[in-house]
Amino acid sequence: MRTWVWLFVPAAMLAQVNVPYERIRDANQEPGSWLTYSRDYSGRRYSPLDQINAGNVSRLHLAWMRQVDETDTFETSPIAVDGTLFITEPPNIVEALDAATGRPLWRYRKELPNDLRLCCGKVNRGLAILGNTLYYASTDAHLIALDARTGVLRWDVTMADYKNGYSGTGAPLAVKDKIITGMAGGEFGVRGFIDGYDAKTGKRIWRFNTIPAKGEPGNETWEGESWKTGSATAWVTGAYDPESNTVYWGTGNPGPDWNGDVRKGDNLYSDSLIALDPDTGAKKWHFQYTPHDVNDWDSTQTPILAEGTVAGEVRKMVVLANRNGFYYALDRLTGKFIAGRPYVKQTWANGLDESGRPMRVPDAEPTVEGKLIWPSLGGGSNWYSSTYSPKTDLYYVNVKEEAGIYHKGDAEYRAGAFFNGGGQRSYKGEDPYGAVRALEVATGRLRWEYKFHRPSHAGLMTTSGGLVFGSNLSSFFALDAQNGNLLWRFETGGGIDANPISYMSQGKQYIVIPAGHALLVFGLD
Amino acid sequence: MKLALSLIVSSIALASGMEPKAKLPNSRADLLRGEKLFQVHCSLCHGPKGEGARGPMLTRVKLTRAPDDAALLKILEDGIRGTEMPGANALSDRELRQTAAYVRSLGKVALKPVPGDVRRGAEIYLGKGGCAACHSVRGEGGVAGPDLSSIGESRSSAFLRESIVNPGAAVPEGFLLVTVVPNGGPRVTGMRVNEDSFSIQLRDAAGRSYSFWKKDLAQIEKERGKSPMPSYQGQLADAELTDLVAYLVSLKESK
Repeated sequence: MRTWVWLFVPAAMLAQVNVPYERIRDANQEPGSWLTYSRDYSGRRYSPLDQINAGNVSRLHLAWMRQVDETDTFETSPIAVDGTLFITEPPNIVEALDAATGRPLWRYRKELPNDLRLCCGKVNRGLAILGNTLYYASTDAHLIALDARTGVLRWDVTMADYKNGYSGTGAPLAVKDKIITGMAGGEFGVRGFIDGYDAKTGKRIWRFNTIPAKGEPGNETWEGESWKTGSATAWVTGAYDPESNTVYWGTGNPGPDWNGDVRKGDNLYSDSLIALDPDTGAKKWHFQYTPHDVNDWDSTQTPILAEGTVAGEVRKMVVLANRNGFYYALDRLTGKFIAGRPYVKQTWANGLDESGRPMRVPDAEPTVEGKLIWPSLGGGSNWYSSTYSPKTDLYYVNVKEEAGIYHKGDAEYRAGAFFNGGGQRSYKGEDPYGAVRALEVATGRLRWEYKFHRPSHAGLMTTSGGLVFGSNLSSFFALDAQNGNLLWRFETGGGIDANPISYMSQGKQYIVIPAGHALLVFGLD
Repeated sequence: MKLALSLIVSSIALASGMEPKAKLPNSRADLLRGEKLFQVHCSLCHGPKGEGARGPMLTRVKLTRAPDDAALLKILEDGIRGTEMPGANALSDRELRQTAAYVRSLGKVALKPVPGDVRRGAEIYLGKGGCAACHSVRGEGGVAGPDLSSIGESRSSAFLRESIVNPGAAVPEGFLLVTVVPNGGPRVTGMRVNEDSFSIQLRDAAGRSYSFWKKDLAQIEKERGKSPMPSYQGQLADAELTDLVAYLVSLKESK
C-alpha cells in the first residue's frame, strides 16, 4: 500500500489545466477528476472511485478544510481537475485551491451592485471549465470567463438586467465550443431563458426563451399578456447526451407563484424539462410536469440520464424526482412519458394519466384562507442533487415529508419587485421528517429508505465504493448504497445546503462537502 | 421625483444597516484637512498625489471598487478584504469623510495628456517588445507576468515607463521567483503562488501549477527582488517607449 501511494506522488505534482470538450465527454476515462457540475454530462453525480468504500468508510476523517471569508449560504459544487479544485464562494468569489494541500492558488472577486434583487441570498452553485477557462454566472446576471491558471478575467458579458430581478446562481454547462447557462429570478416575474454563448468570445449565439412570445406555439397557454411576466426560470444545471446531441434543462415555477387566476392556462414551458440542440438552441421536445402550477414547484433539479428496462426492453430514459412529489421516467429521445408515481405523500393529484399529466384533485389549490396540501412549498425534493449508481441501478433522492398551508393573495407586477401572489404557512398538525430514498430507476418504486428526524436541503452523491454520501442539517454521512445502512457520520457544525463531490489527488481519494462557511475535504490515512 | 429618489436611497441605506451619511464635506478647509490626512495615511501606497505606487492610482474619474461615496467611505473604514488595503480604524467619522472628499477631488483634476501614439504602442507591445509572451490583455497573452487589461487605471505613465526600463524597481508586492529541487526529481522554477511551513505552490512561465510537500524537497532557492522581466533600456528607442507607455495608459476596464 505504501509503495503504491509513493508511485503516484511525482506524477501529481505537475498540472497544466486544460479540459477540452472531449475530456468532459469521456469523463469515465478519468475517474479521479470532477469535470462538470455533476462530474459528467449524465447528471448522475456518481463517482467511479472506490478507494473509499463500504469496508473502510468508518475510518474517513477530515483531511483539510477551506474557510470562506464572507457568510451566506455556501452551495458550491467544485470542479476538480489537474491537481486543482475550483470553487465559488459568497458573495461572488472564485478560488483555485491546490487539491492535495488545500492551499489557495488564486482568487477572483466580482464587485456587486448594492441594489440586487434576490429571493434567496448571494448563492452560487459552481462553475464550468472548458480548455483553460472557467465560467460562472454572477449574482448580477453576468456570465464571467476567467483564466483557470491565474484567475484573470477573460470576458464579462451581461445576460440580463439584474434590476428587473434577473440573477445568476447555477453552474453553466460547457458543451463542445459553447457555454450553456440558465438564470434565476422566478419570484420577480421575469421572462426565463436558457442561453448558449461562444466559449472563446462570450458572444451569445442563441437564446431559448422558456416562455413563447405572441404568435409562437405555446403562447396560447398564457391568458392575455401574462406570458410577459411568467418567470419559468432555469436556475440549476442541466444534463447532456452526446450520442443524440441533446441538452436537457429544467424550468421553474410560473409567476406569480401562488395566484394562478391572473395566468389561466397550462403556462408553457414553466415546470418543464426542455430538450435542446446545444448548437442552435432549437427545442427538440418538452415535457411539462406541473401544468398551471400554483404551489411554486419549480422543476429545475438536474435531470439524470439512465437506462431502464420496461417490459423486457431497455429504454434510454431521463428521470427525476420532481418537487411536485412525483418521480418521472421519460423517453429521452422523444420526451414521452414512460412511468411515474409519488415518492412522497402528495394530496393534490389523483395520480398521472397515460401521458404523464397529473389528474388534479378539485380545489386542492391555494385559497385566501389557506389550503393544506402535501408536499410543502419546498417540495418532495428540491434543487439539490439526486444521484444514480449504475452499480446498484438505483436512483437516490433526499426527500422531505412535509405539508404546507398555501394561501393566495393579490399580485401586482412591478419590475424588480417580488411577484408572488400568496405564500405558505407551516402545518403544525404533523412533524415533518426527511429521508434518503432509493428508487428503482425505471418505475420509481421504493427499494429502501433511511429516515431523518427533520427534512433537509442538501444533495446526494453515489460512488463505486458502494456508498451514498449526503447531508442532513449539519450532519454529513455515508449510507450503504445496497441497503441504506448508516456507515459513517460527521458533525460539521454548520448547515449544509450543497452537493458532495469526490476526486483523487496524489493517489488518494477525497470526499468534499461545503458546510456552514467552510469547504470540508475528507480522506483516509 | 427627487424627494422620492432620496427617500428610496435613505431607506436602502437604513435597510442595509448603514447610516445615510454618504454626503461628503466640500469646504476648502475640509479638503485641505483631507489632503493632510491622505499624506499621513494613504500616500505610502497610493503616492503623495494619489498617482499610484504599491496601491492603485486614484487620479481617475471612476474608482472601480468605490462607484459611489458610500462605497468609498466603507472602503476607507473597513479596508478591502483579500488585498493589502487596511481599514482606517484610527480616523474619526469626520476625518473619514474629509479623506473621502479629498480622494474624490483627485478624480476631478484634469490629467495631463500622455504623449505618444497608442496604435504604434500596441504594435510594439505585440511585436518588437514581445510583451504578450508574458502579459495578458483581456484574456489574450501569457501568464508569467501580471495581467495588464486595466493597467492604465491603476498605474501612472511615469511608473509604467520606469517599470519597463528598470523592472527590478517595480517587482509587485509579494512576487517571488523560486527554484525548488525535489528529492530525486527535476528542478522547477516559477513564481511562488503560496507557501507555508509544510508545502509550497509554484506556477511556471507556461502556466503550469506545481505543489510540493516540503518534506519531499532537497532545496528551495528564493531570488528576492528579482524580476524575470528583462529591462528594455536600450532595447527600445525613446520614442518607442513613449508609444508603448501611451498604449499601456490606454488600457482601461471596458464597460
